[in-house]
Amino acid sequence: MSTLEIRDLQVAVEDKEILRGVNLTVKSGETHAIMGPNGSGKSTLAYAIAGHPKYTITGGQVLLDGADLLELSVDERARAGLFLAMQYPVEVPGVSVSNFLRSAVTAVRGEAPKLREFAKDLKNGMDALSIDPAFAQRNLNEGFSGGEKKRHEILQMELLKPKIAVLDETDSGLDVDALRVVSEGINRFRATGETGVLLITHYTRILRYVKPDFVHVFAGGRIVEAGGPELADKLESEGYEQYTKASA
Amino acid sequence: MGLNEKPLSTLHEKASYDLADFEVPTGREEAWRFTPLSRLKGLHNGKAEPVGHVRVDVDAAPEVTVETVGRDDARVGKSFVPADRVSAQAWNSFEKATVITVPREAVTSKPTVLTLTGSGDGAAYGHLVIKVEPMAEAAIVLDHKGSGVYADNIEFVVGDGASLKIVSLQDWDDDAVHVSHHHAQLAKDATFRSFVVTLGGDLVRLSPSVSYTAAGGDADLSGVYFVDAGQHLEHRLLVDHSQPNCKSNVDYRGALQGQDAHAVWIGDVIIRVEAEGTDTYELNRNLILTDGARADSVPNLEILTGEVAGAGHASASGRLDDEHIFYLQARGIPHDEARRLVVRGFLGQLIEKIQIEEIRDRVFAALEDELAR
Repeated sequence: MSTLEIRDLQVAVEDKEILRGVNLTVKSGETHAIMGPNGSGKSTLAYAIAGHPKYTITGGQVLLDGADLLELSVDERARAGLFLAMQYPVEVPGVSVSNFLRSAVTAVRGEAPKLREFAKDLKNGMDALSIDPAFAQRNLNEGFSGGEKKRHEILQMELLKPKIAVLDETDSGLDVDALRVVSEGINRFRATGETGVLLITHYTRILRYVKPDFVHVFAGGRIVEAGGPELADKLESEGYEQYTKASA
Repeated sequence: MGLNEKPLSTLHEKASYDLADFEVPTGREEAWRFTPLSRLKGLHNGKAEPVGHVRVDVDAAPEVTVETVGRDDARVGKSFVPADRVSAQAWNSFEKATVITVPREAVTSKPTVLTLTGSGDGAAYGHLVIKVEPMAEAAIVLDHKGSGVYADNIEFVVGDGASLKIVSLQDWDDDAVHVSHHHAQLAKDATFRSFVVTLGGDLVRLSPSVSYTAAGGDADLSGVYFVDAGQHLEHRLLVDHSQPNCKSNVDYRGALQGQDAHAVWIGDVIIRVEAEGTDTYELNRNLILTDGARADSVPNLEILTGEVAGAGHASASGRLDDEHIFYLQARGIPHDEARRLVVRGFLGQLIEKIQIEEIRDRVFAALEDELAR
């Protein structure tokens, strides 16, 4: 059982205040959707939790099972059990997918996986996400389509088995088939019940495949409304307009 | 081309065996402006007394002949004419040349390894001729190590339909100075593959050039360098396309770290009027790992014919990308290992091209040593 607690988190980018006091608690077995208009600070929340150097924490805390994540380096946070599926995974020339995945799994587990076991896990993971096995030999994200990059992010999540996964607009740029494959991956991962998911999205579309337990509306750098799945339906019909007006 | 710049082709017109034809460089010349002359230990101004020694040990493939010859040997100095002051100095100062001949149609059963070991103080001058006769195939490794001040000229003469692969390792001690000219002359349908690895030495200035005597020649010049604090590693390439339907490809990549680590790469390609159907590409990339390091990268392409099959060049020097490191760290990989993965990836793609396994492994091992510093 794990808990991610975000307490009054305030974040700035180049002296511009983006997050103005975010409070949110995510527990294992729960799926929280964060929805909001572009520019509301959703991605900032994701990257700040993960420790991207561009973001300056100006106040608040982020605790994972009581330990302050903000005191840890980016890699320490990942090893503590945090995972961020990126909206725009970068291409890293010369680093093969298999080499990268093995390095990551070794780092997170604290020991190198047995080669045969790893190869099996990798193959099963790729099969389940309809990823061509040849991808293992390709350079990380290089020449991958948008959908391939996102599937590859979910593959990493399934291999690394984090306590808390933050998915930053994993649905953006996906066609319906890719969305279904990616959603199935997320659902497989949730079904273990051992992990908490923070799903950041602009659209309600993915929520038809990945049912959230809680929905939070994000505007002006903070959560402005919280509710159950029915809140997503309301957003679907009414849009974000009322929130953007209120926060302006 | 700016108003005050001379055409590339005119910069490479001067060539002579006579040292007096070359003035002592001042550092203002195009060819010398990046090189710290004060660290050349007199190689450029005649003050480097030839009291040093570089021993040449040859572990030859059984199919090749190895000879040590005097200056008057007919095979020496036939494929090239010195084109700068230090090259002319080396030409005028060497006493014995090593000539390696790969006989007609011979296919060597193993690489021929020349180990050149500098013995320390004082300057030494060398000359080497690798002659690959028609339809023969050979691989040569030049392994430079030790210390000293060394200037040399190397001639690679590749005959009709012949193939030569060379690897040149500059793995000198920290205080060594090495100025070298590699000249490859390709006959009809000849293939030349050069792989340069420069790691050690206070100052290394290596000038590989390629010329073609007939159509169908194919040259591929790759290079990897790793520049540490205080080192000056300079590579100056010239591919002179003067024959139709020849190919060339240049790909040099370097990583730099530490205060005053300095890399210079000059890539000159000339496609002359006669060289219709030329296909050429040159690329240089530098990865700057720390503050205080500097990379100068200058690709020059001069096309004098309208009928080329392909001609391009690219140069990119950048810092280690924070986004790459963040991505790897976000997957739990510690910062230093992330950095190693990225640099190894950046140079490794090229190192993989070395076809001689022992040398490839050694270069990867040397890269790991550099990254551990």
